[in-house]
Amino acid sequence: MSHLKKLPMIMVAFLFLSSVCAYPQDHGDAFVSGSISDARTLMPLLASDSASADACGMIFNGLVKFDKDLNLTGDLAQSWEIKDDGLAIVFHLKKDVRWHDGAPFTADDVAFTYSKLIDPDLRTPYSGDFERVRSFEILDEHTVKITYKEPFAPGLASWGMAIIPKHLLAKKDLNLSELSRNPVGTGPYKLKKWSSQEEIELSVNRAYFEKKPFISRYIYRIIPDESTIFLEMQIQGVDSSALTPLQYKRQTDTSFFKTHYHKFNLPGMGYTYLGYNLANPKFKDKRIRQALNYAVNKDELIKMVLLGYGKVADGPFAPQSWAHTSEVKPASFNREIAKELLKQCGWKDTNNDGWLDKEGQIFEFTILTNQGNEERVKTAEIIQKRLKDIGIRVKIKVVEWNVFLTEFIGKRNFETVLLGWSLPREPDNYDIWHSSKTKEGEFNFIGYKNEEVDRLLTEARKTFDQEKRKHCYNKIQELLYEDQPYMFLYVPDSLSAVNKRFRGIQPAPAGIGYNFIDWWVPKPEQKYRMLEN
Amino acid sequence: MLTYIFRRLLAMIPLVLGISLMSFAIIHLAPGRPSNVDQSLNPKISLETRMRLEKLYGLDKPIHLQYLNWLKMMARFEFGKSFSDNRPVSEKIMERIPITLTINIISMIFILIIAIPIGIKSALNPGSLFDKSMAIAVFIGFCLPGFWIALLLMNLFCIQLGWLPLSGIKSLDFEYLSFWQKAIDLSRHLVLPIFVSSIAGLAGISRYMRSSMIEALSQPFICTARAKGLPESTVVYKHALRNAILPIVTILGLSIPGLLGGSVIFESVFAIPGLGRLFYEAVMSRDYPLIMAEVVLTAGLTMLGNLIADISYAYADPRIRFRKQ
Repeated sequence: MSHLKKLPMIMVAFLFLSSVCAYPQDHGDAFVSGSISDARTLMPLLASDSASADACGMIFNGLVKFDKDLNLTGDLAQSWEIKDDGLAIVFHLKKDVRWHDGAPFTADDVAFTYSKLIDPDLRTPYSGDFERVRSFEILDEHTVKITYKEPFAPGLASWGMAIIPKHLLAKKDLNLSELSRNPVGTGPYKLKKWSSQEEIELSVNRAYFEKKPFISRYIYRIIPDESTIFLEMQIQGVDSSALTPLQYKRQTDTSFFKTHYHKFNLPGMGYTYLGYNLANPKFKDKRIRQALNYAVNKDELIKMVLLGYGKVADGPFAPQSWAHTSEVKPASFNREIAKELLKQCGWKDTNNDGWLDKEGQIFEFTILTNQGNEERVKTAEIIQKRLKDIGIRVKIKVVEWNVFLTEFIGKRNFETVLLGWSLPREPDNYDIWHSSKTKEGEFNFIGYKNEEVDRLLTEARKTFDQEKRKHCYNKIQELLYEDQPYMFLYVPDSLSAVNKRFRGIQPAPAGIGYNFIDWWVPKPEQKYRMLEN
Repeated sequence: MLTYIFRRLLAMIPLVLGISLMSFAIIHLAPGRPSNVDQSLNPKISLETRMRLEKLYGLDKPIHLQYLNWLKMMARFEFGKSFSDNRPVSEKIMERIPITLTINIISMIFILIIAIPIGIKSALNPGSLFDKSMAIAVFIGFCLPGFWIALLLMNLFCIQLGWLPLSGIKSLDFEYLSFWQKAIDLSRHLVLPIFVSSIAGLAGISRYMRSSMIEALSQPFICTARAKGLPESTVVYKHALRNAILPIVTILGLSIPGLLGGSVIFESVFAIPGLGRLFYEAVMSRDYPLIMAEVVLTAGLTMLGNLIADISYAYADPRIRFRKQ
């Protein structure tokens, strides 16, 4: 009797073991992703569009990268030290790394990449962070020391920039397009084939220094139309794609989708806001901006525009980032407080026409946003309705992106603007909030100025101590929410689907793509067998 | 005839210059900057960097100097390099031409094969049931929005029935296929795009054919031919049709620049790497060298089309030919 009782336990153990062992992590198969646009270049120093950056990310490595919890960790660097009171960073490079052509990766390659980044003839948009470097020294074959003009904490993350091979590119003009179409990196995949506007095919780098990835090919199919990508998913022509809230909620609610795809709903890395032109007398008083914030229901925006897939934004940091604090509580939706604050500032409906007025002027303004983003237009319309409820007349103006940037944002030709920032993993946002960044073409285009915020932004840049930086950023978040230079609206979730034959996906704050080299497909389910290599 | 062609060709030179000057001025006057310089709204790309890039692309020079530089390049038959990826513009255009030309020529042939008989048959019995139903059918085809009919057909043939591939021009395993399998793979991918791009063109050609055929049939020489006792088929196809086909020739001549144009919408929906999308994206990202190349190409082809139409007109119509001589 006693060992009969044990039998189920043994069986469970056996079943468990067999389910693990029956499919050792198989190699092979291809991952096909649908991409709206083609990469422009696979020369990572020149890549400024997201399609290029994605593909470069598979082919190249930086010295550092962000791990699944959004903390910095070594990539080509084994470790690093901060020296000379934060003036210098010493990187100890990994020793067994090889380029796709077999040549060893050394400190010379890092020095070469640096020299190209600050080369005035190279058409790179990324020189800014590297121009703060005072000297670059090679200490030995696998150690480099980078000294800054003054301590610059975001500089550490900037070394996530892809490192390019000196032995292949030393005497070449990197602007030339031939090089951008024949990339040689250190990454888990190498370029196999690139047909413009059709597909980019990457094949596995068997000698990748972390380990050989399981999936043999990574294929980007370029399909410029979102509805076509979605139709392709229904015949399993693409294995993964981002989804809109509507697709996520309704259109994928079919038995076919549930059988063949896993859906992922991950915290987003960006927020949408309504920015006020602070040079405009209407928005000068902080109480007005707070009143408007009380008058708009963010939960309603999320429900109507994102079908519930988003969070209320409470400041300029990603909720999952270490720089973010949950101490700042978003304002409630409360029309009475809003009206009271407006009354304090002198805005009352004196002639009972339904609109607030002051000195004979009706309170009205225009929300400017860009064409081609339905979400933003819908958001503007709901804000328009909510502000009408408290007697403020809002007009909406939608402008083509390029014109929007040069004619309206660049020239400060707006009253309020509805836009979004995507949030880089390094939280430093000096360029957006510091009062020195208000020239035409710079990013503090609302003209925000708060000396305390300026001081904290500078301080957070000067220390590498994450606790101290967190303290600064938490304080900045608090001050910004109090000042309301933006009406912080929402952080949309990032929605996507991946074919179920892929195993090993582990959602984390960084998303799902961070551990692609651990993904695998059991042999019996592999779809693209002819691509075996 | 030869001197006539030569004169026409010479007259084109100032025309091309004028067109290029005007287009150059217009795109540079349009608001916005090339995307690689200033379109990303990325705080990592500093103002200083953007000004440096502007200089590297030669955009800091006065506009008339930029135009002169462009003209110098054109004189060497070079279109320059695209701002977006720094590849030679001519290379970017050349790689898109085969697929665009294939689709447009096949659909043009398809349109002619279907629309001309419809036009003739309608003209023989104007007001008949066939005439009326065809008129309705071709106009429905003309009015349907291309992207919508494309998505419906994709849903039916590719998803519900699974007969055809959905998008792109070849399968992922294309390079592993034999020659005939490749041919079949390509044609399976092209069936829907060609069908969708032809359907709207039927209306124009068939209605032109109908009206010019009706006009031809009412001419006195048709009466004469019938009176001579010629068989009806000879009357219709030899005497009437040859006269009625002239306007169609003109239209074909004028559609030559269209052969190298493409529809952004159906190229996007079917994920076809054609010229339409190339130029559309060039305009959206203010890729000046690529836009200018397109202007020159279209202007050149339009003039060539006109020339060819005039010459074939002269060839088809003896009165024009003899007057010219």
